[in-house]
Order: sequence, then structure tokens, then C-alpha cells
Amino acid sequence: MRFYEYESKALFRRHRLPLGPGQRVNSAAEARQAFGEIGGPVVLKSQVLSGGRMKAGAVKFAESADEAAEHFQSIMPIVVQGESARSVLVERKSAVAQEYFVAITWDGRAKKPVLVFSDMGGIDIEEVAETHPEHVSKTHFSSILPLSPRIAKEAVGAAGVTGAALNRLTPIVFELMKIFLAYDLTLAEINPLARLEDGSFVVLDGHVDMEAEARGNHKKLLEELGIGEDETRQARPPTDFELAGARVNAVDHRGVAGNVVEFDGNLGLVIGAGGGSLTLFDAVRQHGGRPANYCEIGGNPSVKKAEALTQLILSKPGVEKLAVMMNVVSNTRVDIVARGVIKGCIAAGRDPAETIAIFRIPGSWEDEGFKILRKYGVEYCDRSVSMHDAAGRAVAKIS
Amino acid sequence: MPGLFIDVKVDPEVAKDAGIAAKLEEVCPVGIFVAAASGVEIDEQNLDECVLCDLCIEAAPKNGVRVIKLYES
Ligand code: SF4
Repeated sequence: MRFYEYESKALFRRHRLPLGPGQRVNSAAEARQAFGEIGGPVVLKSQVLSGGRMKAGAVKFAESADEAAEHFQSIMPIVVQGESARSVLVERKSAVAQEYFVAITWDGRAKKPVLVFSDMGGIDIEEVAETHPEHVSKTHFSSILPLSPRIAKEAVGAAGVTGAALNRLTPIVFELMKIFLAYDLTLAEINPLARLEDGSFVVLDGHVDMEAEARGNHKKLLEELGIGEDETRQARPPTDFELAGARVNAVDHRGVAGNVVEFDGNLGLVIGAGGGSLTLFDAVRQHGGRPANYCEIGGNPSVKKAEALTQLILSKPGVEKLAVMMNVVSNTRVDIVARGVIKGCIAAGRDPAETIAIFRIPGSWEDEGFKILRKYGVEYCDRSVSMHDAAGRAVAKIS
Repeated sequence: MPGLFIDVKVDPEVAKDAGIAAKLEEVCPVGIFVAAASGVEIDEQNLDECVLCDLCIEAAPKNGVRVIKLYES
């Protein structure tokens, strides 16, 4: 669950991270007043959850109160990656000497948080990592053992920072590590973290994402930040396809079938929820496939739900075939899913044998499921075929 | 619409029995049997939801209910 910049900064402020003066405004008059109170040149930034504000023209600098008011009027209507501005953040324009990047996220492979630091902030960190790898450090740390500022210092130093900058950056980075763990975040990022001409540091932009499942543990904080319980805070608003998927899932209480995320590929995916589905999604991409969607199906959904989900995915323009794949399942019946996807194909006017590129769901009632698949001529495999290879078979049928 | 995968046949004599009709409606976890005034009716919309639990077979007299897997024929 993503926080707006102003909310991220409110969280940072509680932890005494260095922030310049700023105000969130909702009208041109407030923007004008904010300019006066902040005193001096300001930057106005659209408050959206998506990135790309600068490119969209939703960040502007103002040298006067009139200009601040004008910029407010021009920024508010700008839609950034499909998202309208919630408000505008007005902050003092800083005299920056150097920009740094610091972010903490989870490394799924290492199963630990990873701290990424660079002394080349303000620009795309992936580009920096490619062109100037010596300016980027990556440091894993434990989420169980006590944290130490030494970890932060080593991470900053590993990017080539020395002297006073190293000493001043260390407590900021250390605090961000603590924030990351304390609030069950999946991302805590400051970019840029600026060194001003007077040698002090200030957080110019920052974002945090909280693990959606952890919302219940942080009710008080969310309430204080004004984040309502009904705000899903995805990185972008759901598409019509995704909303239709949610409606499919809501049809009855049995299992899950319908949590979909839309992509622009040609291979529709009916894949189980959790780590297996992420592995399968990645496997499709590794084989050069282009998924049309991510989805979750499991926990014994009704045949009707599996059918409706299949129909929905097949209704997406450009979807040529389906891959129906899961890890070994014990809580979802193979025959029930087989019935659902075959019915979905038929309801969509498609031949299941032609449309289902591969069916790889091993587990409970698989013999019954395989009988159904054989009857309809659908290619299937059991657990002797890895998820990776099954994904490869599906991709091979498309390309 | 009849089921694509499953059909359920109830013996006409058994179907008329209001007590068995009520029992079948009660035991089927996916709502395939409806206890109507005339006896047991089949809700065709739900046929393919059958989970092959055999509870209906156990609730009826011997051979009173048959659950047919159409994909085996
Ligand atoms: S086998 Fe179970 S699910 Fe199927 S009709 Fe009989 S009671 Fe209903």
C-alpha cells in the first residue's frame, strides 16, 4: 500500500529525518499563502501515487506568490499515468550541492531487507547501477537481529562517501532502516536526499509502501495520517479488466478466482495464488512469453467462478491462448478447475484443445481432472514436469 | 442448461418422496437438488458444481440416485 509523498514525509518527520518547510495545499489561495509562509522560492509537486511527475509537468518551481498560485492551477488538472492529483505539496526550493539515493526494500532471494545507497541520486538508480556500479552499494541486513548504525555507515561508505558527508548521512540512513522494519514496509525510499550548500542534508522526495496485510498492525498510524480503511492505494487505479475480475471473485464465497492484474501480452494466465504463481509468471517471461495478466485462483473456487475468470481472460483483446498452471495443490481440486476452464473456453466460443496451451495442476483429484482434459483434447502434465518447463511448453505454442 | 460434465438421475419413484426430496436438498453441498411440491427437482445450473461426494447416493434408497460423469462416456 503506497503512501503519498506528503504522508511519507509526515512519517519521516515523526522520526526526525531532516525535512525542509512545506505545506500541502488544495487551492491557489493556499498555494499563495504557503509561498508567503515558507518565504522564498518554492517547488510545487502534484500528489499522486504514480511516478513520472516531473516528465508530466506536474512539478514546477515558483519565484513569487502569484507564480505559486498559477502553478497550482496548472498542476492540479494534470493526469500522471492515469492518476489525478489529490493535492499539491509546496516546499522550499533548496540550494543543492549534491544528491544521494537511499532505498530499502525486500530481497526475495536473500529473504532479507536490502539497503541500496548511491551518491548519484535524483536520477534513475537502475541506470546508475549499470553505468556507474561503483557508485551504488547494496547491503543486506537482518530483520531479526538488532540493527546497528555500523551497517548504515558501511553501506554509505561502500558507495565512496567519506568525511563529514559519511558521518551526517549515516544516522539518516540508519533511521530509514528502523522505519522500514517498524512499519512493515515493503519500500522506504528517499530520492533525492540532498546535501545543501551549507553541508546540511534534507529529504527532497520520499516514498514508502506498506505491506497491505500489515495494515491492521498500524491502524493508529494510518488513522493519524488520514489514510482511510477503504483506500486500497495501488500504484495505479484498477483497470476495467481488473474490476471485472474482482466482480467474478465476489460472485460466491468459494475459493478465489478473479484477482487479476492486467498486462499487455498474448498469453492468458490462470495460475494459483502465492509464490507458485509468481514463479510461473516469471517462468513465462524467462521463456520469452508475454503474459496478458497475473491472476490468483485457488482454495476450491466454484466451477462457475473458474469459468467466468477464463471467459474474462479470453475476452481481453490479443489473448491467443491460456496457460493453466499451479504448483502442487492440496486445497484446490484439479477436476473442478479443469471443468471451469473448459466451460470458460466453450462459453467464449473457443475450442479448449486449441486454446489451453498447457494444463499443469498436479494435486488433489488430479486423475479425475486428467480424464476431463483427455476428453476435451487438452494437453496436460503432472508434477513430473516442472513449473518452469510447463511454462516453456505454453510459450512455445504461441511463438 | 444441462451439465457438461455431470448429470444426476433420480429414480421416478424416489423423486416423488417428499421426505427424500428434503433430505437430498439438505445434503447436497452445491444445491443440485430442490425439494419442490411435486418432489425432487434438479437445478441444472448447478450440475457441473457436483463435487462427487456421494452424499446424495447415501441419502437415497439403493439405486435411487445416480451421479453420472459425462466425461467418462
Ligand atoms: S455427489 Fe455430492 S455434490 Fe454431487 S449431486 Fe450428490 S450430493 Fe450433490
